Amino acid sequence: MAALLQTIDLKRYFGDTRAVDNVNLSIAEREFVSLVGPNGAGKTSLINVISALLRPDSGQIIFRGKDITRFSVTQRVKAGIARSFQLVNVFDDLSAFENVALVIFSREGKIAHLGALAHLDTDVITEADKVLDHFGLNAKRDAIARDLAQGERKLLDVALAYALKPKLLFLDEPTSGVSTRDKGQIMDTIASVVRGEGITAVIVEHDMDVVFKYSDRIVVMTQGAIMAQGTPDEIRMNEQVALVLLGTSGPDAFTRKD
Amino acid sequence: MPRARTGPSVPALLVVGIAMVVVLAVLPRLIVPYQTVLITYGLVFAIAALGFNLLLGYTGLLSFGHSAYFGAGAYAVAFLMRDLNVQSMELLIIGGVLGTLVIAALFGFVCVRYTRIFFGILTLALSQVLWSLAFKFFWVTGGTDGLRVDSAKLSLIGGFIDFKGAGAYQRFVYSYYYYVLALFIVATVSMWIIVHSPFGKALQAIRDNEVRAQFVGVRVRRYRWLAFMISGAFTGLAGILWVPLNGLTTPDILYWPFSGELVFMTVLGGFRTFTGPIVGAMAFNYLKTYAVASTEYWQLLLGVVLLFLVVVLPTGIVGTLARIATKLGIR
Amino acid sequence: MSPNIVIIQLLNALFYAAVLFLIAAGLSLIYGVMRIVNLAHGTLYALGAYVSAWAVGGAFGAALANNLGLAGLFLVLPAGAFAIAALGAVLEPTLLRPFYRRPEEYHLLATFGLLMIFEDVIKYLFGGTPLSAGTIMDRMGSIPIGRLLFPTYNLLVIVIGLLAALALWWFIYRTRFGVMLRATSQDRRMAAALGINVGRVYVQAFAIGCFMAGLGGAVVVPAQAAVLGMGVEALVLAFVVVVIGGLGSLEGAFIGALIVSLVRTAGIQFFAEIELAVLYLIAAAVLLVRPTGLFGKA
Repeated sequence: MAALLQTIDLKRYFGDTRAVDNVNLSIAEREFVSLVGPNGAGKTSLINVISALLRPDSGQIIFRGKDITRFSVTQRVKAGIARSFQLVNVFDDLSAFENVALVIFSREGKIAHLGALAHLDTDVITEADKVLDHFGLNAKRDAIARDLAQGERKLLDVALAYALKPKLLFLDEPTSGVSTRDKGQIMDTIASVVRGEGITAVIVEHDMDVVFKYSDRIVVMTQGAIMAQGTPDEIRMNEQVALVLLGTSGPDAFTRKD
Repeated sequence: MPRARTGPSVPALLVVGIAMVVVLAVLPRLIVPYQTVLITYGLVFAIAALGFNLLLGYTGLLSFGHSAYFGAGAYAVAFLMRDLNVQSMELLIIGGVLGTLVIAALFGFVCVRYTRIFFGILTLALSQVLWSLAFKFFWVTGGTDGLRVDSAKLSLIGGFIDFKGAGAYQRFVYSYYYYVLALFIVATVSMWIIVHSPFGKALQAIRDNEVRAQFVGVRVRRYRWLAFMISGAFTGLAGILWVPLNGLTTPDILYWPFSGELVFMTVLGGFRTFTGPIVGAMAFNYLKTYAVASTEYWQLLLGVVLLFLVVVLPTGIVGTLARIATKLGIR
Repeated sequence: MSPNIVIIQLLNALFYAAVLFLIAAGLSLIYGVMRIVNLAHGTLYALGAYVSAWAVGGAFGAALANNLGLAGLFLVLPAGAFAIAALGAVLEPTLLRPFYRRPEEYHLLATFGLLMIFEDVIKYLFGGTPLSAGTIMDRMGSIPIGRLLFPTYNLLVIVIGLLAALALWWFIYRTRFGVMLRATSQDRRMAAALGINVGRVYVQAFAIGCFMAGLGGAVVVPAQAAVLGMGVEALVLAFVVVVIGGLGSLEGAFIGALIVSLVRTAGIQFFAEIELAVLYLIAAAVLLVRPTGLFGKA
């Protein structure tokens, strides 16, 4: 089966720093891939390049058989790639509902409708409410995004990407900045939505418990390049990975000692 | 049914709106013609500010060059009347708005590639192109003397109402007032629909988070450009309506300090609200009229008011009232 | 066109460029350090012009002229520059500082308010009639260029402009204060963390920028009388200079001023009606190719 996404020799440098160094990454449909690595490994840069926030210096990105390397941000979104952001990136002055409704309008190409009143389109309203429900946000439907709790804002951020009905979803540290107690709940929500609808997902995560629990495949990056990849079991056994990620190795390296 | 978080519900708005319209419709009967003219001016500037605020309040772009569209509308009327003998106000409006749209499209295309300060500077600089043309080509534009627009030559509603013969001025004052009022209502309702449409929400999204807007598939530059054009058209309409009242158009309304006045009135009312620009325009109109009448140094007075506004009441009249209302538990 | 006329026009352009440079460099400096666009900057230039003209033309100036001749007049000419610098030093901490944390739009409004206030301050202090320091120019005579004459004073202004550019450059790139200035402009939190007193740097930078504006006014009044509205007009041209040259860049202000004056001088000579329009079109063209101006920082 051909890969959904394939990067070929993707490079992005910042002066001497090799943020993305010859990355060949392949994502298959319906996979849940975790992208891990120490800080500065290039995970976010890689996502930024794939989602067109950054231009690659060289290399190609093939998505569903098409070369999208030269596509702009909006073109990639239309092609089916969506992402969430590490630092919450929502529309602070709109309500949670309006945030999601906007995305749906955009997706449906209804955005340029000057004359139609946004709150009269029942299809969009129903779907927006459904999305909010999936992510457990329907209680806060009319709350202004700025006023939501941090965990809720993170979920909203993911919900916006999800509302695009993407083929490929990139989530950049969806649980960062959230208390440990909420992390599990958030990840459960995300995973159930993503798995339930067969969306291919790539998530950048630091919390190895989360990574091991949900991933089909783990890709370890360091210094801009892919160091290792494999199933959670394979990665768990990989001593070099343990060293890179935790500074320690051994069969218990990935077990939480608290 | 989703509700806007600030601002009352639609039924409440409708009630208040209708009440205001009734008041405005009845007013001329109760006041002297001079005051009626003043209110007409206020309504004209309200249309201009409404248009201006689509860019500032809803799209997050501060233009310091909107005098260009106001002036384009005004001069278009003057040219159409003088060179093509157009007398129908409706035709003047159509012609003027079209002309303004072309200029807004052109200028907007260049300007929306930038944001923030650079956008502001560019809009200012480009508006002065028009000013310099009006100023220098005096044999076409009348230079600093400007061009006269004689209301006696106008006809409203397809020739139904004209201003010839005895009592023409009195008739003009009243008919024109209602004409402008009607257009003001149309403009307000149109703008309300626009900002509550998916397009309007997209503009706000662009204002709040340009990056994320792109990442949900919104074509930022294109929508900014559209907003720019709509904004220019509204302000152009204001200019068109203004010139028969003023009887004269001069390069002064193209000069950039006038753009500053448009910003002033919008901020005075409160640019983060829908009704702010309307209230601000009417308030500014009175403020300036009385300032000019009472002192030679009215600019200083207005400048102090502006500073006070920006430091103490940044949300403007409507914004501050809204905040007070919230605190008092009214909303 | 005889070569002498060309030379004269060139010198005219250079004179104009010198004044424009002083104004634009001040504007750019303030923006570069504080990210503030001072809409009242042109009006401060005008105020400087009026103050200098008043100082030179007034009783005090006349007395100095009697005793010290031309040199005496030159002593008071810079009054405008220093007055505006002092004004700036007062304005920044009181009226501008509250706006740094606010969205950018607010400081444009605040400085526009200042513009309105100072336009009327000028009217109040100096009335509506033009004020000139023409005695300086008269006393300096002219130099012949072929069969034409060019005011010697204007040559002096060109030299002053050049010296000012050099002095600013040296100041920004070769002194310790300049280093602090650059550090603060690049990253003010970092600068504060390094122990730089950001507040003081801001006041000083603003004062220097205002000094430049005032100096522009001071050097222009012997050649051109101070008139109402000169500030508002100057601001637009200063904007065109920084749009072309790049906001925040000293070299940009220099090159931009040269381009703007050359185009303007050529324009007045060959296509007077549209010379301003041509200028703006050039600015727009530059922007389409290099969005931040020729030397601009983002």
